[in-house]
Amino acid sequence: MPEAAVATRRLTIAEALREGIAEEMRRDPEVFLIGEDIGVEGGFGGAFGVYLGLPEEFGHERIIDTPISEKVIAGAAAGAAMLGMKPIADMQYSDFLFECMDELVNQAAKMRYMSGGKVSVPMVMRAPVGMTLRGAQHGQCPESYFIHVPGLKVVAPSDAYHAKGILKAAVRDPNPVLIFEHKLLYGSKGREAAGGMDLTAEVPEEDYTFPIGQAVIKRAGSDVTVVATHVSLYRALAAAETLTADGIECEVIDPLTLQPFDTETIFGSVRRTGRLVIVHEDTLTGGWGAEVAACVADECLDYLEAPIKRIATLDVPAPAAPVLEQRILPQEQTIVETIRRLVG
Amino acid sequence: MDAGAAHLQLETVQELYRKVALIRRFEDRVYRLFLEGEIPGTLHQYQGQEAVAAGVCSTLRIDDWITSTHRPHGHALAKGVNTSEAMAELYGKATGCCGGKGGSMHLGDPAVGMLPAIAIVAGGNTIVTGLGLAMKLRKSDQVAACFFGEGATNEGAFHEGLNFSAVEQLPIVWVCENNLYGASTPYGRVSLVPDVAERAKVYGIPSQIVDGMDAVAVREASAAAVEHARNGGGPTLLECKTYRFTGHSRSDARGYRTREEEQEWAKRDPLIVLAARLDEATVARLEAEVKAELDEAVEFARNSPDPDPATALEHVYA
Repeated sequence: MPEAAVATRRLTIAEALREGIAEEMRRDPEVFLIGEDIGVEGGFGGAFGVYLGLPEEFGHERIIDTPISEKVIAGAAAGAAMLGMKPIADMQYSDFLFECMDELVNQAAKMRYMSGGKVSVPMVMRAPVGMTLRGAQHGQCPESYFIHVPGLKVVAPSDAYHAKGILKAAVRDPNPVLIFEHKLLYGSKGREAAGGMDLTAEVPEEDYTFPIGQAVIKRAGSDVTVVATHVSLYRALAAAETLTADGIECEVIDPLTLQPFDTETIFGSVRRTGRLVIVHEDTLTGGWGAEVAACVADECLDYLEAPIKRIATLDVPAPAAPVLEQRILPQEQTIVETIRRLVG
Repeated sequence: MDAGAAHLQLETVQELYRKVALIRRFEDRVYRLFLEGEIPGTLHQYQGQEAVAAGVCSTLRIDDWITSTHRPHGHALAKGVNTSEAMAELYGKATGCCGGKGGSMHLGDPAVGMLPAIAIVAGGNTIVTGLGLAMKLRKSDQVAACFFGEGATNEGAFHEGLNFSAVEQLPIVWVCENNLYGASTPYGRVSLVPDVAERAKVYGIPSQIVDGMDAVAVREASAAAVEHARNGGGPTLLECKTYRFTGHSRSDARGYRTREEEQEWAKRDPLIVLAARLDEATVARLEAEVKAELDEAVEFARNSPDPDPATALEHVYA
């Protein structure tokens, strides 16, 4: 039976996120936004313009511009969530999350457990990641710090369809969810910087969510499994195209959620391909790729035909100069060469 | 004062005495049970500061909320956490108010408007702004009170929370329990501004210094602050000057302060201050009620089962 036609449009991630936020605010009066520079008249609509137009519809009561007080942004979101509201908090750069580690790690993540299940914390925190020539304190990918914290959920969408769907799922989730978005993937400006990729995606006009904890196979293949997020995902997809000339078929997986991780999809793929490469823009040591590698080694050792490889940003703070930044980032060519060695 | 008002006042003083005595006798009993090995973990006790919790919480409704600290036993009992369930929580029993997952430093019960206590110094000072924000956005007339020590006032969270509560005019009562020492460190060593109340003023928040050993004085100040917040007037900071009769935690020998200083403060014991307003028979009756409640609580805790070890894995995610 043919699928019913679903009306879609091509949207950027920023547009899709904006739409998702607006829909959730219309659906539930308990949803509100809190952060720096998100609703000020004549301002930016958030550091990356995601909130542009929302104050006109929802007013400033539900779009709360805070002082530059990250502890308050996270603490107020967590506290309001403890009373059952559904805050969507905004961190201008994910690097600033370190300013509110107590609120996220000690309070939001643990309150449900400490209360014996009596208190829930249904908050969302959005935070942009990624190196964009801004140097050491505005370019980190800190997702891995948070997958280590029981009680937090961590998602990292890379296209408009999944960004909107998982944001809406996060708002409806009764737990604290951190959404990490890559700065180069928001819209058309980022498209060039990210190598001319088309980052728009078909997004349904009707209401939908995408479940937290479910990975997506972006490209099927039989020779090697490649797991990657954000810009690294697009580099992995480009590398996969290049490798078809070598007769190598890559299966490229976007995990989408880093905690809870969809290990079953990864295990299933590795059992078919026998090889695993993980690519992320976070630095190598202790990055989420290490956790995935350990889980696969635990569960799929008998299926592995080659060592698990991690390709990640080198273990240094992010430098500012373009040539230095490129030197430490995971490159498409590195992915290609690594896979050639693995399969060859 | 007419006879009706005098009677009302007497009832209030009795109720305050009962609360202060409940906390004092609870803490003394808990200390002994801890030394006897019945209660695991560690303790940060509240003897000496009872007038603050009792006074403030006597002005709050059950649907008002409080945040508390690593020293939360008094706040929990004052806000109405069931005494037996609080005791069972200290015992680490399944029947505890947090099912044994919170323990001494995380006592609380949302059913009576108390989040599990937040044991990071000043940790509650940003969380409470979210409670206040939810109340404001919902246009409810609830109020949130945040208990913290003077030691919390040098944390960034204290300042961020105060400022945000001011600019958003949140319905919050900031209750500083200034017991003079942050663990062992005298406040004069870590602040050139001796009164925490001064710090509120620079954020545009009205503040008041209160005799934290007198539950009636605390109640009066708190009643005004709560009323102000409930009517949309925004936050107030109350600095309650008080004294911790015990050490910081149960192993503290108190070498950093003099016995003379302790004796001076002991003269203003919140129980003595309140008892002076009551007759002996009333005090004896209230003490007997408290004793019975605590006997029952200890029995309940002792006879309660341990949590099923399997529950250690529950309640991480909703």
